[in-house]
This record gives sequence, C-alpha cells and structure tokens, in this order.
Amino acid sequence: MSNWQLLTKGILKENPTFVLMLGMCPTLGTTTSAINGMGMGVATMFVLIMSNIAISLVKNLIPEKVRIPSFIVIIASFVTVVQLCMEAYLPSLYNTLGVFIPLIVVNCIILGRAEAFASKNGVWASALDGMGIGLGFTLSLTLLGAVREILGSCSVFGYKFVDADGILVFVLAPGAFLALGYLLVLFNKFTAKLK
Amino acid sequence: MKSSLRNMVMVLLLISLIASSAVGIVYQLTEEPIEQAKANKVNQAIAEVLPPFTDLSEGKEVDCEGEIVKVYTAKSGSEISGYAVETFSKNGFGGMIKLMVGYMSDGTINKIAVVSHNETPGLGDKIEKSKSDFALQFEGKHPDTFRLAVKKDGGDVDAITASTISSRAFIDAVKRANQILTENK
Repeated sequence: MSNWQLLTKGILKENPTFVLMLGMCPTLGTTTSAINGMGMGVATMFVLIMSNIAISLVKNLIPEKVRIPSFIVIIASFVTVVQLCMEAYLPSLYNTLGVFIPLIVVNCIILGRAEAFASKNGVWASALDGMGIGLGFTLSLTLLGAVREILGSCSVFGYKFVDADGILVFVLAPGAFLALGYLLVLFNKFTAKLK
Repeated sequence: MKSSLRNMVMVLLLISLIASSAVGIVYQLTEEPIEQAKANKVNQAIAEVLPPFTDLSEGKEVDCEGEIVKVYTAKSGSEISGYAVETFSKNGFGGMIKLMVGYMSDGTINKIAVVSHNETPGLGDKIEKSKSDFALQFEGKHPDTFRLAVKKDGGDVDAITASTISSRAFIDAVKRANQILTENK
C-alpha cells in the first residue's frame, strides 16, 4: 500500500465510524456539537498516532502473550498525557470533553490499530496509518456533531444561524443513534455509487 | 517473540516503569498550569459577579455540608461594596454544579457566574450566561423578597424549558449561597 493510500483509507474505505463501526461510545457520547466532536477526534488522533509509533518501535521486544497488556499500558500513558496537557492549556475544551478523555484508553480503534497494524508494520507506515484512521474518525465525529448541532440547537460550531430552539431530541442520547443511523445510510449509498 | 515467564515479567515491568515515569514527569510539568487555570477561573468569576471594588479580601473558608467553600469580601476604601460567595449543588442533572454568587453590600444579588457543571449540552447548560438569559433573572433581586423556587414549585423563577432539574439545582445552589452569606457576613 502506498503512503497516500495509508493516509486516505481511513476517510472512506476503512472509515472507523461508518465502515468499521468501532469506538461507538465516544462517537455517540461526545458529538452533541461540532466542536465537541472535533475535539474528541483530534485527541483520539493524537493518541492513535503516538501509540502506533511507540508500539511499532517496541513490537519486536514484546512477548506475544503479554502484548495486549503492554499495548494498553502504552495507550493509557498517552491518554493521561493528553488529559493533563488539555487540563493545563485548554481548560474550556477539557470541561466539555471531561469524562470522555479517559475513555480514549478503551476506544477499540486504538487497540485495534495497535493489534492489526502497528504490531506488524514499520514506524513510518504505522504513523501514517494512525494519522489516516484518526483523520477519518475526526471527520466522522465532526460531521455527526455538526448534524446534531444543526438539527438540535440550530447552530453550527457555536454560530447560531436561526434564532430558534431546534429539535431537542437530537442533542440528547436518542438523537445520537438516529443521526448516526441516517448518516450511515447516506454514507453507504454514497460509497456504493463509487464502487 | 516467544513468551517465557522471565521475559514476560521483565517486559511488563519495564514498560510499566517507563510509562509511569513519563506520566509522572508530565504531571510535574502540568501541575502548576492546571492550578493556575483553576485559580484563573475562580478569579474571573469573582471579578465578574462583584460590583466595582478596590480591595478584595482573602477568601474566608467555610465548611458547608462537607464541602469547603470560600466567601470573599470586596471593599472600596473602608466601605464594604459586596460579597462573592462560592456555592454548589449536588442535585444537578449531571451531578455537581458550582456557582459564584455576587452580592451588593445590602445582600441584593448582583450577578451569578457558573464555575463548573456537567449539565446536558443544549438543555441544562443553559444555566450558563453565554447560552441563555436564565441566570440574568436573579440580578438585582433580594433573596428576602424574591422567592427562590421555579414557578412550578410556587416561586418566582422562570425555569429553563425542559431542564427543570438543572434549574432547581441552580436555585438550590443560590439558596445555599444566601445561607452561607448570612452565617458568615
């Protein structure tokens, strides 16, 4: 696979949200607005790139039977670093994402990429893979967040375009499932046409 | 690599050691900025809710239902111009809501700022001034004449649509601030 393919496969072909259907908990939980979705996506992307790099570097030193605990420790450390840095330098974003940051540790996408890609490939390819998948995740979350924000609070990225209240349910949990479902339909229709 | 008891233990030990020291270093580096960010937030809230003043006292620590809150007294010259009271409610839809309530010297509510909360985005988070006018209706009201309860409960406060629990918790926190102030003026 070429570098370019590694970087772009996460956006359509192996989109973590719409195709692989991984990491649904943060996807549904944080996408109450476009900016929240994007913040979560970027934080996940950072952890994904760093953990992919670290794991591909040490992959030959880790005995097979303890690889999962080793990966989890590495991922958890990066997540803690992200959390501390965010709390220190971006307190307002930290307040909105709050409980979801520690949950990046158990996001299946990250362990999935570590197991399926980084533990079998070189550093450079793993970094690109992390960036590609992270990009796809960020774009999906931003899109889902934007759709829910537009329908639920009549604004996009905090900018109110109509002075109205919106359809409340889209900001709440059930709306997340509804919006994700319809986006999935549209995504599949769109990608089917491409094939 | 093939697993043996020795290399498994060694690798796990090493990884845990490196990871924990890395996290420790980052913690040390960010400890101060995190404290700073928290203090900034409180100071901003104090400045926001108080009427104009020249001197601010050190916060007086008060134990309220197991939580330590602070009461700040603002003075202009020797005259007291107002009070800022840290307050909280545990009854929010998403748990703890922390407010800073500013009072004039006669006990009239000047302004209220939200310090932290976990209310539902788009619903309960309308307690924030930037999101709705809910918190503005308390301004200039005296707790003795303004009945602190939502209209549904026989009070004078217009609740946020579809967020009665958040509104009640907000009022609960304001009531607590009144109580703290009368006890610690």
